[in-house]
Amino acid sequence: MPDPTSLYSEKVMEHFRNPRNVGDMENPDGTGHVGNPVCGDIMELYIKVNDNTITDAKFKTFGCGAAIATSSMVTEMVIGKTIEEALEISNRAVAEALGGLPPVKMHCSVLAEEALKLAIDDYLAKREKQDGENE
Amino acid sequence: MIEPCKFLERHGFKVTYLPVDEYGLVDPDSVRKTITDKTILISIMHGNNEIGTIEPIADIGKIARDAGVYFHTDAVQTVGHIPTGVNELGVNLLSMSAHKLYGPKGVGALYIRKGTRLSPLIHGGDQEKGRRASTENVPGIVGLGKAVELAQQEMTEEAERLSFLRDKLITGLQEGIDHSRLNGHPVNRLPNNVNVSIEYVEGESMVLNLDLEGICCSTGSACTSSSLEPSHVLLAINLSHELAHGSLRFSLGKWNTEEDIDKVLNTLPGIISRLRAMSPLVKKP
Repeated sequence: MPDPTSLYSEKVMEHFRNPRNVGDMENPDGTGHVGNPVCGDIMELYIKVNDNTITDAKFKTFGCGAAIATSSMVTEMVIGKTIEEALEISNRAVAEALGGLPPVKMHCSVLAEEALKLAIDDYLAKREKQDGENE
Repeated sequence: MIEPCKFLERHGFKVTYLPVDEYGLVDPDSVRKTITDKTILISIMHGNNEIGTIEPIADIGKIARDAGVYFHTDAVQTVGHIPTGVNELGVNLLSMSAHKLYGPKGVGALYIRKGTRLSPLIHGGDQEKGRRASTENVPGIVGLGKAVELAQQEMTEEAERLSFLRDKLITGLQEGIDHSRLNGHPVNRLPNNVNVSIEYVEGESMVLNLDLEGICCSTGSACTSSSLEPSHVLLAINLSHELAHGSLRFSLGKWNTEEDIDKVLNTLPGIISRLRAMSPLVKKP
């Protein structure tokens, strides 16, 4: 069997070994949950939003090296971005920022993009509901 | 055996696939009940490569003989590691591979009981009494012979040594890691196989972390296969997808020592608690 770490770029392995922004978040403004145990990858992404800007992001992931690295990278990429900018982040951008992913692992970057989109949707839905209550 | 069976099905043969119990054992009685007057061949592997379960081949051999049906066993995992006497097992056919007993890669052998008629897969020359055309791989054959000779001398002692290491690893993992389970049979088991499932963590992430610590093992997780499907063996023993994804297989060999086992037992719990800390499957208390 080939060395399992040789599948991944240095950047993927670096994020896998030292994932950024791991953990739970108290009262997140938005939560995105994707994947299921059948496919083997589950990601949960939490965001804090202040004045239309994502000020913090955290994740929890059950999955392979690529799933952990893409979760870590996407949290790093969104912090400091406006909602509109964050919606522009594509799975390809996440994969490129990691120095590329093996073809069979590209779906992990798709999960990261979806988790982010769902977290933003959740935030926007909550805000709409709040705005409605305030009127 | 699944792929050769599928190939035969494409050529009009009817194949019955027997279930296994939670340990991966085939019930000899289910073999007996499945035999019909059209049955021409029974094939059951001797030792499972993933979960280490040793099948009751001798019991099935008696059933096959009584029914007058050819019986084949895939003994790739067992030859040179545990006794595989063809008369004790009651098989007509037994296949093995040299590299599993430290012989050269690319050579194997098929034992054929006298009187068992086979048609060749490779046609042409009359090498090997017309059973397999093409020039013999002489260095490979000599290497296989030497590997078997050495295995015969060392087998009893080595099986005992590996079984001790195996059981130490199994017990240590079960005591050191909560929410873990042994896959495969606890007693009827290959001396060199340990397969466990660890809840809430995915296999590849454990394999990568262990590799970084100099420990090589494998997983039945879909994440290491191109099909994105977890191990069919683990699903067949009724593991949930989550547990199949969280499996680890350690294969022990000639050069493993007790220190290696201690190293795994000292390293893995820390890796698991780090991965569990980031797992959304671990529910907050």
